[in-house]
Amino acid sequence: MVTTPESSVQALARYEPVIGLEVHVQLLTATKIFCSCSTKFGDPPNTNVCPVCLGWPGALPVLNRKAVEYATLAAMALNCRINEQSIFARKNYFYPDLPKGYQISQYDKPLAEHGYIEIPGNGGRKKIGITRVHLEEDAGKSLHEGFADSRDSTYLDLNRCGVPLIEIVSEPDIATPGEAFDYLTRLKEIILYTGVSDCNMEEGSLRCDANVSVRPKGQEKFGTKTEVKNVNSFRFIKQALEYEIERQVELIQSGGRVEQETRLFNAAEGKTYGMRSKEHAHDYRYFPEPDLLPLVVDEKWEEAVRRQIPELPEARRARMVSEYGITAYDAGVLTASRALADQFEEAARAAKNPKRVANLVQGELMGRLKSKGLEIEQSPISMKGVAFSADLVEAGTISGKIVKDLYDLAFERGQDFPAIYEKEKPQQITDTGAIEKIIDEILAANPKQVEQYRAGKTTVKGFFVGQVMKASKGQANPQMVNELLDKKLGS
Amino acid sequence: MKVTEADVLRVAELANLELTSEERVRLLKDLNSIVGYVDRLNQLDTTDVPPMAQVSDRYGVDQAKTSSERFAYASRDDVLHGLRPSLERQEALKNAPQSDGEFFKVPKVIEK
Repeated sequence: MVTTPESSVQALARYEPVIGLEVHVQLLTATKIFCSCSTKFGDPPNTNVCPVCLGWPGALPVLNRKAVEYATLAAMALNCRINEQSIFARKNYFYPDLPKGYQISQYDKPLAEHGYIEIPGNGGRKKIGITRVHLEEDAGKSLHEGFADSRDSTYLDLNRCGVPLIEIVSEPDIATPGEAFDYLTRLKEIILYTGVSDCNMEEGSLRCDANVSVRPKGQEKFGTKTEVKNVNSFRFIKQALEYEIERQVELIQSGGRVEQETRLFNAAEGKTYGMRSKEHAHDYRYFPEPDLLPLVVDEKWEEAVRRQIPELPEARRARMVSEYGITAYDAGVLTASRALADQFEEAARAAKNPKRVANLVQGELMGRLKSKGLEIEQSPISMKGVAFSADLVEAGTISGKIVKDLYDLAFERGQDFPAIYEKEKPQQITDTGAIEKIIDEILAANPKQVEQYRAGKTTVKGFFVGQVMKASKGQANPQMVNELLDKKLGS
Repeated sequence: MKVTEADVLRVAELANLELTSEERVRLLKDLNSIVGYVDRLNQLDTTDVPPMAQVSDRYGVDQAKTSSERFAYASRDDVLHGLRPSLERQEALKNAPQSDGEFFKVPKVIEK
């Protein structure tokens, strides 16, 4: 068989990646998982430590119930089944930021299993399986740089030792770097909604490792995988996976073999590098943690936690689309965080007409934010401000045109709507004579409608109100317009 | 099952231990005698016996309590310093072979 050199694009197309993700999420408890030291980020080094988290001889762990509740809540939101009984296990390895010489984790009996997340896919939805969610403790922080003797010494801050984590392990159901990105986005969103973590990647409260391999399309058996670590944003995970997939395909195409190894991502170069790690260095010798009893989450406890599951983003978006008549895209923007969605809904519900609030957000707010390159959290006009403007329009106090002008001003000056309105509100015409004059003109110009009204079709009044407001550039006092119209039309 | 010298070296490596040749010989013998005893235990039929990781989940527990209640005594509320306060930093660092008064210091770690 004659083979012609294939382009790398063609070669890539003949392979399919298999991706699985491991995500660690710090839980927002006040204290650590096995002792009552603070979990606060950014405290002075080595001030939130005690014999338990420092691994002093004889110190014993005592489980934090809140950590169990948070982990259970997150697992439920990820559609997992909770195991009534789970077991803590020791994962043994030597590293200076792990003073006990083992991490307390869960191994063959994790807290929860068999979950899934739905991501957009092929015009519909794709389920990405979640193998397990388990509880474990975090390690300390090693500082390799930044000190005069950093060439010879590593500095350790053990404040983070024992901060509760959940590890969320996906099935190898992820087929592209794009799907990995979507999975992580959804995962983060769901966890944020449950409120069990702030998922702050800069502070390390959400961390992600990716396992990736490639195999010729149609082949059942997985290829050899590599694990990509040290990636601190979802965008970088996508890049790292793209790079790694190409690297593996090229390697196989040129007759090489993928080594099972851990690789670090270098964000500046967009490349991954293999770590020089010893052959079969990993053997964690897991065994059941003898210092802790089995963790039992019975039906009663499970139910109590289940009641705390909030409406999750996917369901909320669907409801908001139908309740407020907004587009799926805008519902997506408005539900980006639970706080924002709450603000919106609170404002919308307090307003006279919730749909008008939604319309203003969609029609006036989003476009301006986009053209200014602002996130919705940075909007000068708050949701309350939008609701305020919606009520003014609803009452006919100001016209749509004036709303637009005031929104422009708000963005220009970086002030919220009520402040702008107070300052710039159009002078109202309260002069009876002036309003009467406008009404006379409108009635004269629309004899047909006047006739309809007098024939009993009183709904035409709305049309006149609109016309008068328009002619007065929204400045006529609406209440007076109403009264004077009644008078004129009645006569 | 028989423990080999390679096993001894591997276990020593995992435990970060350097063994002298005499120690190797002694540990090989000790380990074989321990594992040999486990072999003897393995002759028992434990098909229907659930694994027991801790004796304390069977003994010393209030038998009247079931499910989550049973082990609730061994957990705690999320209360800051509820069990005991954190250590003063000075106290925490005092046993460290090396420190700068703020951090623990260890010989340079190249990789994880």
